[in-house]
Amino acid sequence: MSSIEVNGKSFEVDEEGYLANLNEWEPAIGAAMAAAEDQPLSDEHWDIINFLREYYEEYQIAPAVRVLTKAVGKRLGKDKGNSKYLYELFPYGPGKQACKYAGLPKPTGCV
Amino acid sequence: MAVKKFMYVNRKAPYGTVYALESLEVVLIGAAFDQDVSLAFIGDGVYELTKGQDTKAIGQKNFSPVYSALGDYDVNKIYVEKESLEERGLTLDDLQHLVWEDEDEDYAEKDSIRLVSRAELADVMSEQEIILSF
Repeated sequence: MSSIEVNGKSFEVDEEGYLANLNEWEPAIGAAMAAAEDQPLSDEHWDIINFLREYYEEYQIAPAVRVLTKAVGKRLGKDKGNSKYLYELFPYGPGKQACKYAGLPKPTGCV
Repeated sequence: MAVKKFMYVNRKAPYGTVYALESLEVVLIGAAFDQDVSLAFIGDGVYELTKGQDTKAIGQKNFSPVYSALGDYDVNKIYVEKESLEERGLTLDDLQHLVWEDEDEDYAEKDSIRLVSRAELADVMSEQEIILSF
């Protein structure tokens, strides 16, 4: 297990950089992970990250991209519920990248 | 890719073996392929859908909330065998209320669970092209 340092504290992450214990998550961790990948985070990014955390809280899984797209469209508006919008925010894949910053495991169905 | 009729048959209690969780993961992953998917719960498999599961004492993750996400994955044909419920002293009220949202009808919530008799389920099974048993 490797780890990342945030505000002087150390957090375990897996070999792909996903947080080992999602209960340890705090926004600063997501921000540090994004900074390490040169990914700026706007309010729009945080909308998606927070949405993913809420989805996980309720359903205990990180949604597949298709499901995320549909759910975002319903919650945040049709103009945001499409893969173009989500991939513009998270060019490495909204599932993989946003889930990582949200402290969630890699989405089931992310093949 | 031609659409095939897939049925996943769930026959085991949710914990104690890995079958229930494995089945669920295969369903979620398989959902990406836009097939005609249905789930059947028979025998002890009906326990997988019971509400109020508490796994603290066995130190395992309670994955039962995942079933309520199936609707998001367009998995909305969930057959529960009536006899299996009755043999275990259960009714539909003991199971989670699983719904899916119909986008074409302004996200109207519709029931996913279909209570069927053993004979009816046999008919549904005979219409399938691929049956995976867990």
